[in-house]
Amino acid sequence: MALIPLTLWFSISLLTLPGLDYETVLTWLSVPISGFLAVLLVAVLTYHSYLGTQVIVEDYVTSSGMKVLSLMVLRFLYVLAGGAGIFAILRVVFGFSRL
Amino acid sequence: MPARPRPTSPHAGIYRWQIGNTLSILHRVTGAALALGLIALSYWLASLADGADSYSSAARFFTGPIGLIVLLGWTFAFLFHLLNGIRHLFWDAGRGFERTQRRLSGWAAVFGAIALTLCVAAWVWARLP
Repeated sequence: MALIPLTLWFSISLLTLPGLDYETVLTWLSVPISGFLAVLLVAVLTYHSYLGTQVIVEDYVTSSGMKVLSLMVLRFLYVLAGGAGIFAILRVVFGFSRL
Repeated sequence: MPARPRPTSPHAGIYRWQIGNTLSILHRVTGAALALGLIALSYWLASLADGADSYSSAARFFTGPIGLIVLLGWTFAFLFHLLNGIRHLFWDAGRGFERTQRRLSGWAAVFGAIALTLCVAAWVWARLP
């Protein structure tokens, strides 16, 4: 349920920014509160999406060996995507990006 | 084998399409599409962290014809998944199970998502530089 306020905050923020050019978005995301909420968003979104995709795999991958294998691959991909997203936000917030 | 075939559970091939099962499938399809959107979100964030050059090449993709169509699709998928998810939350609380309520909230989720998608598209269109 945390995703309702988080996704709405994210969408409305992006839609009301003066533009989506590099400088504007970087300035917006480097404000600590934006960075914090963005980290929460990516974390909860990744978890929610993982749970959903896991159920889809469990439903449609019938053979048990393939099921175990695809669930492992799925978990790996989600840690990778979520980790990359959070790491990127932290880089922006802590100013390690190349300006 | 019993003399008479026993009743079986609803099977995809003989199941009549109606608002309930259609939206259930659409919820799953939009969820799967949004999972791909999560990869795009991470890519976009990584390009932002990587610098102006990476960001502009990501922006070029998202503002190209394919990018815009995909973003429009994700906008609808997100809004429908959001509204239908709220529907599910009411069901979790034990409310809205009456036949008319179920159908009404289902259609509201579909038309609400379409209307909001058009609003977002118009908003973005009006603010184009």
